[in-house]
Amino acid sequence: MTAISDRRQMAYVAAQAADARVNVELEAEGMTLNIGPQHPATHGTLRIVARLDGEQVIEAEPIMGYMHRGYEKLTEVRTYPQVTTLVNRIDWLGSFCNEVPFILAAEQLMEIEAPPRAQHIRTILFELGRIAHVSLFLGDLGVQLGAVTPVFYAFRDREHVLNQIEAATGGRFHPNFDRIGGVKDDLPAGWIAETRQVLQKLREFCDLIDGLLFGNEIFEARTRGIGVIPADVGLSYGLSGANIRASGVDWDLRRDAPNGLVYDKVDWKVWTHPDGDAYARSWVRLQEVRESCDIVEQLLDTMPPGPIMAKVPRIIKVPEGEAYVATENPLGEMGYYIVSKGGLEPFRVKIRSASFNNMSITPWLLQGAYVPDVITILASLYFILGDIDR
Amino acid sequence: MNALLAVDVPWWGTTIIKSIAVLLVVLLPTGTVVYLYLFKMVSFMQSRLGPMEAGPYGSLQLLAEVGKNLQKEDIFPARADRNVFALAPYIVLVSTMLLAVVVPFGPNAVFTDLDTGIFLALAVSSVSVIGILMAGWASASKYSLLGGLRAAGQLIAYELPLVLAVVGVVIQAGTLNMQQIVYAQIEGEIFGFGGLGLPFVLTQFVGFVIFMIAVQAELTQVPFDMPIAESELVSGYMTEYSGMRFLMFFIGEFATAVIFAFLASVLFLGGWSIPPFVTELLGLEIDSAWFNVIGPIVMLTKMLVLTFIIYWVRFTYPRFREDQLQKFAWKVLIPISLVNIAITGLLKVVL
Repeated sequence: MTAISDRRQMAYVAAQAADARVNVELEAEGMTLNIGPQHPATHGTLRIVARLDGEQVIEAEPIMGYMHRGYEKLTEVRTYPQVTTLVNRIDWLGSFCNEVPFILAAEQLMEIEAPPRAQHIRTILFELGRIAHVSLFLGDLGVQLGAVTPVFYAFRDREHVLNQIEAATGGRFHPNFDRIGGVKDDLPAGWIAETRQVLQKLREFCDLIDGLLFGNEIFEARTRGIGVIPADVGLSYGLSGANIRASGVDWDLRRDAPNGLVYDKVDWKVWTHPDGDAYARSWVRLQEVRESCDIVEQLLDTMPPGPIMAKVPRIIKVPEGEAYVATENPLGEMGYYIVSKGGLEPFRVKIRSASFNNMSITPWLLQGAYVPDVITILASLYFILGDIDR
Repeated sequence: MNALLAVDVPWWGTTIIKSIAVLLVVLLPTGTVVYLYLFKMVSFMQSRLGPMEAGPYGSLQLLAEVGKNLQKEDIFPARADRNVFALAPYIVLVSTMLLAVVVPFGPNAVFTDLDTGIFLALAVSSVSVIGILMAGWASASKYSLLGGLRAAGQLIAYELPLVLAVVGVVIQAGTLNMQQIVYAQIEGEIFGFGGLGLPFVLTQFVGFVIFMIAVQAELTQVPFDMPIAESELVSGYMTEYSGMRFLMFFIGEFATAVIFAFLASVLFLGGWSIPPFVTELLGLEIDSAWFNVIGPIVMLTKMLVLTFIIYWVRFTYPRFREDQLQKFAWKVLIPISLVNIAITGLLKVVL
């Protein structure tokens, strides 16, 4: 596994070194290219300062913080129930997934457990959020590589998922649905049958993308062997999510630390890929959307009856203590470290968002890449600006 | 009809009539119809409606776009080379429009019946590289410069397979004159059966495919759109342009697709002719003036089919990387087209 990726990486580096020698003979002067903060490929305000030799990147430095909104500080002046509406905006595509780890951490401090039905609803919405999130990635990947059409299909079919999220929670993008001790409402009538149909549509969408992009020779030529992350390097940079699973590391918090989500009651599989290149990362994400559809399907089958809220005091005060809970969000490990002094508001919250760590590998990864590959690598690492800057 | 067309007109008169004909017959239909057709086609591929607001069913979209862009401020970047910057879109557009000069639309409906027609077309088509390089250099923007350099490298690389693909047709027809190439296809026979003529796409299929691939690269369209490469270079050499000059690049892109489709239909699909057995059924002579009316319609139909293919590919494929594109041109397309020429020449001598 590691041997394969090492070999690929070395072959890639050797090929680039050969090119570099030619360039040294020509003694071309370097050029500094500012990719961003306004650039179509950075979908947000990421800035990458790249020193180029021709079209080859000598060194690249991501400059973050253009969208820093100070969420860690803002949570300190919000009561616990108010925080969820705020953290919804961190990773704005998978917004429900942002609430869950915070609520779980607070529940851990208060020693409350949500009733089984609430746990089911949480997990279903969590996975629907992932489906909506990653299906947009699959479309966006095409745009970054020059194929415009997939993104329209992605937006079209993601809409079905968003409709389901809206039907259940009342909010398309920012549900603000998770509560300490359970969820806000029960599912509306007919929701389960509708969701099944939507899942079928999403499976068809995955097949469509599989044929349109992953079966395309140009796509393979553009992504295979590009941006190879060996497993040990990835781990040392703190990569998580599909990015590290694509490097062959079998690590998924949904399975390894469900933390009150009901993944242990479902029969599912963690997808990994040995290559660690851009193709592997995209492929793992594609498989994960399919897997998520299966997870939701099974959870819908086994939805238990019962209350959706545990017994929770009217005014929520979290006892003194510290807790860290992380979940496997669409972008990777997302965790909240809550320090409570026993008041209405958290004393300090540290947000561990996946994209920030995933982006930290870019200076290493972009060295020696060509400008078109920079875009491929950034697209395949899949970051959300709000998740980087918070 | 025949008497009307037989009126003796001095040369300047024919020139004026032809110029007006170009504007009315060629530019307006290809402008509005093709623009709407391509936009609707692309939109339906992408599961959306496309232009709907401007005019019935969005039919006046082109006018709306022109009107919008005419009102826009014509921005020059502060450090741009103003003259070169201003001139570049004209060169691109003119080199495109000049291509139409040699395309025959009927036995007499041709602007200039040059003996070296296809040679002129191929020569003129490469002039647009200069315009693109000018745009890339004069913009004083790094993205534009990268785009312009990519465009130059790409267009020069794909000029060769384009020419070599045409050489097969030229050998088979035995002439560089585009009108004669059409006649050669009308008079051709498929194993002694002359009812369909002989569209060169049947014998020169490899050449046709290479020609269409090279056209795709000439148009700087996906999968060869590295000079523009929205997600990498913002908009490549067009990045700094705005208003009417941007629209000229934009129109140039569409017009080049249309005119190369015309060229391909003349070279490979029999041009303005309809299959000879249909001509016999209608009781027409192949040289009759009726074909000056039927011809443009036939050409338009063939062009629509070919532009459909061009845009279908454009909106389906991802884009190559620059080095992959060069490898594809030099290691795949050019050897194949050389073999194609050799075989065509051999068969021409043997048969």
